[in-house]
Amino acid sequence: MKKILSLALVLVMVLSLAACGGKTAAPAETSAAAAPAAEAPATEAPTAEAPAADVKLGFIFLHDENSTYDLNFMNGAKEACAALGLTEDQYIFRTNIPEGQECYDAACELADAGCNIIFADSFGHEDYMIQAAQEFPEVQFCHATGTKAHTQGLSNYHNAFAAIYEGRYLAGVVAGLKLNEMIEAGQFTAEEAKMGYVGAFTYAEVVSGYTSFYLGAKSVCPTVTMDVTFTGSWYDETAEKEGANKLIASGAKLISQHADSMGAPTACETAGVPNVSYNGSTVAACPNTFLVSSRINWAPYYEYVVNCVKNGEAIAADWTGTIATGSVVLTDINEQAAAAGTADKVAEVKADIESGKIHVFDTTTFTVEGKALDSYLADVDTDPNYTPDTEVIENGYFNESVKRSAPYFDLKIDGITLLDTAF
Amino acid sequence: MRKQSKGPIVHISKRSALPWYHAWAIRGAAILLALVVCAFVTTALTGEDPIGVYKTMFAGAFGTKRKAWILGQNLAILLCISLAVTPAFKMRFWNIGGEGQVLIGGLATAACMILLGDKIPNWLLIGIMILASIAAGAIWGGIPAICKAKWNTNETLFTLMMNYVATQLVAFFVIVWEVPKGAGKIGIINQSTQAGWLPQIGSYKYLLNILIVAVLTILMYFYLSRSKQGYEIAVVGESERTARYVGINVGRVIVRTMLISGGICGLAGLLLVGGTDHTITTTIAGGRGFTAVMVAWLAKFNPLVMVFTSFLLVFLSRGASEISTIYGLNHSFGDILTGIILFFIIGSEFFISYRLSFLKHTKKEG
Repeated sequence: MKKILSLALVLVMVLSLAACGGKTAAPAETSAAAAPAAEAPATEAPTAEAPAADVKLGFIFLHDENSTYDLNFMNGAKEACAALGLTEDQYIFRTNIPEGQECYDAACELADAGCNIIFADSFGHEDYMIQAAQEFPEVQFCHATGTKAHTQGLSNYHNAFAAIYEGRYLAGVVAGLKLNEMIEAGQFTAEEAKMGYVGAFTYAEVVSGYTSFYLGAKSVCPTVTMDVTFTGSWYDETAEKEGANKLIASGAKLISQHADSMGAPTACETAGVPNVSYNGSTVAACPNTFLVSSRINWAPYYEYVVNCVKNGEAIAADWTGTIATGSVVLTDINEQAAAAGTADKVAEVKADIESGKIHVFDTTTFTVEGKALDSYLADVDTDPNYTPDTEVIENGYFNESVKRSAPYFDLKIDGITLLDTAF
Repeated sequence: MRKQSKGPIVHISKRSALPWYHAWAIRGAAILLALVVCAFVTTALTGEDPIGVYKTMFAGAFGTKRKAWILGQNLAILLCISLAVTPAFKMRFWNIGGEGQVLIGGLATAACMILLGDKIPNWLLIGIMILASIAAGAIWGGIPAICKAKWNTNETLFTLMMNYVATQLVAFFVIVWEVPKGAGKIGIINQSTQAGWLPQIGSYKYLLNILIVAVLTILMYFYLSRSKQGYEIAVVGESERTARYVGINVGRVIVRTMLISGGICGLAGLLLVGGTDHTITTTIAGGRGFTAVMVAWLAKFNPLVMVFTSFLLVFLSRGASEISTIYGLNHSFGDILTGIILFFIIGSEFFISYRLSFLKHTKKEG
């Protein structure tokens, strides 16, 4: 009996470990959006003239609504379905689909169930979506954050992303103004103005994000520098918290992050350090330190695809949402923490970005190893050897998300120090 | 508070072996009861019609030809890992390192596909993959076994810790082989050339895996019940002292059995990486190294019965996923139903092994 009892205990321990292990390891999604308490999406006036009777949408999500990353996609999907006037039997959500054969199976099952457009939300789904797309040529497969549509040569496989670097740039402006305010208040000198950034991986999407954030801050606070640390996970609350604390201890006056947990924002609130959040307002948890947040709204893309299919038009192989399409949005600025006059300045810069007066990666605003950039080959066509293949400096700026929708800015510019690059 | 001592109300005693129909009647009743409880829970929590929910579970498992094949594939992999841990468990060697042994077998497979793909003929590559994956799994299982045999280390903790080592190794190599740079994902290996992909039988993607595991099941059944080695495993499991007394080299049996156990886990890694997923991630085993323990125990280590127990678990999980899709419920709801059903099934084994007698006490006043 004792033996059986101890065995039972061991089993319970093991199974619970397995359960916990699964949970912490699971949200390893590769990509942008996450919405810590994503604000309710603004409902738009229905764009469809008549209810789309002949479309059925299938959505594949890496996790369920408990993941802020997937929640942001789900909100976008629901918003789009409502705007298009789709009935409940015209869309199917498949949640908790891992980045493996299960994704292929799920996509095929959705096609079997009569879906003619299938969306997937996580980077690792891409190859399995392509496999399914080859098998179902009459079904449209749309994959967010992927990189291969423009080289795959499949007419029914498409990638999408948003020019989130524009949102990051605006958020950077908010950060720079806050630093200026603190400098004027005598809290530290202009030379000591250093920001910290907690990134997930050394992936181009993250590099593009922190660089645009830094350039936004630098546009209003020219002396600013930035330290970046990586966690090696898209969701690791402890590592993100530790990363933020490490940056604060080494003199960072303001923190931002590109990872999906509340680790960095709560560390900032505890330390009283201003924080620029990502993909959703964290003001509820951090009322004194939250400044602003940027996020991707996926509803415009979903609506675009459905309208294409309804009208019999071809869907772009790469679709990049912008501020102008409503795909890149800033949350409300927290007036309690942000510097005075921030909202006006942000509106001004936003208008300049939309009109093309400001380019985020303008080569006159940054240097690489002390030199201005006049040519750069980026790895736009994904291959295992990371071969640089496409000239991306044109018209005096780095053309981010133009050659393909997913970001490919992977330069290390002056003023930014990488503390570790293990990932 | 207690002023008078009372005897226990319930007395638990070991039953003598029940006739088979009696045991199955208890099991059937348990499943019926479980379904009734699930129905109550469903109606109370979601307001959905329970019969409809059960129908949806069946549809999720068998609704289309494709769903049936997916069920078969999932069953094959779970059964393969369960077959792998069975000889160890029968020997009372608590191998809960199945997860790590599968991962390391998968990693070996992926390494061959990435490093040797298109450099050598495909038949040779697949041959090397088979050897490498089985060897990797066997090594992962063999290390704790050798330490157990030599120094009597605790195999439960040892095999468990080997899981973490395997996970970290996979995480490391994912970063080495990631595409594109920094992504932390390998993606499908050799997608254009299909080098190192196990062959597909006709148009059936999963048939090869299912056939391999079917053959393995029969082999394992005969190995455990008809071979001398299988008998030695049973004797060591019953009592090490007896085994020593009759001249069995216990250390040798432990190491040999764990090499087999780990090797089959490695094979499961091969079927996952080379056969279906064609990639390697830290979560590719998906907890099946642990679920396999339950499959093996529920079947009392009989490989043929394990076909049914692994079917039950796969059926429940596929059904649960369908419920969450059709009713827009969280995936956890399906898991709750699965939990209730498993609780009753495992509970019924208690009533098959033990008898409860309710003792009547004459209540004495004062």
